[in-house]
Amino acid sequence: MKETTSLLNRLFDSGILFSTGIDGLYGRSGVFEDVIARFDALVTAFGGEDKAEVVRFPPAMNRAHFERSGYLKSFPQLAGTVHSFCGDDHGHAQLMECLAAGEDWTGQQKATDVVLTPAACYPLYPLIANRGVLKPEGALFDLQSYCFRHEPSVEPTRMQLFRMREYVRAGTPDQVVAFRADWLERGGKLIEMLELPFHVDVANDPFFGRAGRMMKNNQRDQGLKFELLVPVNSTEAPTACLSFNYHQDHFGRTWGIETADGAVAHTACVGFGLERVAIALFRHHGTDVQSWPSAVRKVLWG
Amino acid sequence: MSADIRTLLASHGGLPVDVATLADDADLYGAGLSSFASVQLMLALEDTFEIEFPDRMLNRRTFASIRSITDAVTELVAEREAAA
Repeated sequence: MKETTSLLNRLFDSGILFSTGIDGLYGRSGVFEDVIARFDALVTAFGGEDKAEVVRFPPAMNRAHFERSGYLKSFPQLAGTVHSFCGDDHGHAQLMECLAAGEDWTGQQKATDVVLTPAACYPLYPLIANRGVLKPEGALFDLQSYCFRHEPSVEPTRMQLFRMREYVRAGTPDQVVAFRADWLERGGKLIEMLELPFHVDVANDPFFGRAGRMMKNNQRDQGLKFELLVPVNSTEAPTACLSFNYHQDHFGRTWGIETADGAVAHTACVGFGLERVAIALFRHHGTDVQSWPSAVRKVLWG
Repeated sequence: MSADIRTLLASHGGLPVDVATLADDADLYGAGLSSFASVQLMLALEDTFEIEFPDRMLNRRTFASIRSITDAVTELVAEREAAA
């Protein structure tokens, strides 16, 4: 099973996704958005009982927060920064000349204070830190955001702009480890209800460079990241649709988040790749949602 | 060499304890060495000793103690000198 391009073409041909001419940047149809909304609601049905605080950020974050987060240490290749024209009339004339001549016009673009959100939880940690010491029961948040990663690909499951739903837990190591264990179990049940084949495996983030090789090995050795994988583009390289991440004290230390007893807070998150799950559903159940298995339709549409 | 490694550990390890108080076989992660700091230490060791850690050594075990770091660096320096 290897059908990277053909799956994408099938999604285009059936009017589920629309090409923009850029790999990984697609328009979405009403049908696609409906599947996303139904899956998003299913996640809430599983996680709602935990009474997480709902927070929504736009798909961009404060550049100072981004810089402090350490993202550039680990993933400089994936980051997307927002630049704008910062010149005067003379500069504008130069820009238009370059544009007309088909030359590089971006020389006068300067970094703004805005960076595209790389993962839904990145804007959250400074908010938690600003609120002061955590309560004894810790904190739990429900997030969803478009995220940007600069990794153009013809695999439809690897988009440059995509939505990530997350639950984020902050607290003592015991609290966050228990949260992750709960979601490892729930995540499997949830995907089982959608009648998708899957397995859960230890994983690593795409850390950059040689230093990144060591970060990857460390992350795997310590079992800090697990992924729920569904074969979509191929069975050899299945797609991570959910991920379960234990950050230890990385964000707690970075942002000075403290537990009620004064220790550095630990954090963990479960992330749902909404487009990835939707594409997995189209891949396994067909492009016509009316003909999906009735049990799956019932789970999503009631 | 062990003394040089201790100096680099003190400047790049970000340890909350005095490196001088650590035995050669003390667990550095237990002493507070973070993942990020171990990477910084690895890069500093490469610069100082003009070596390159191969993939098989880029793991937590290599940087678990002053002794394990010393063993790895000794091996890589010997390889470099043999190749020269």
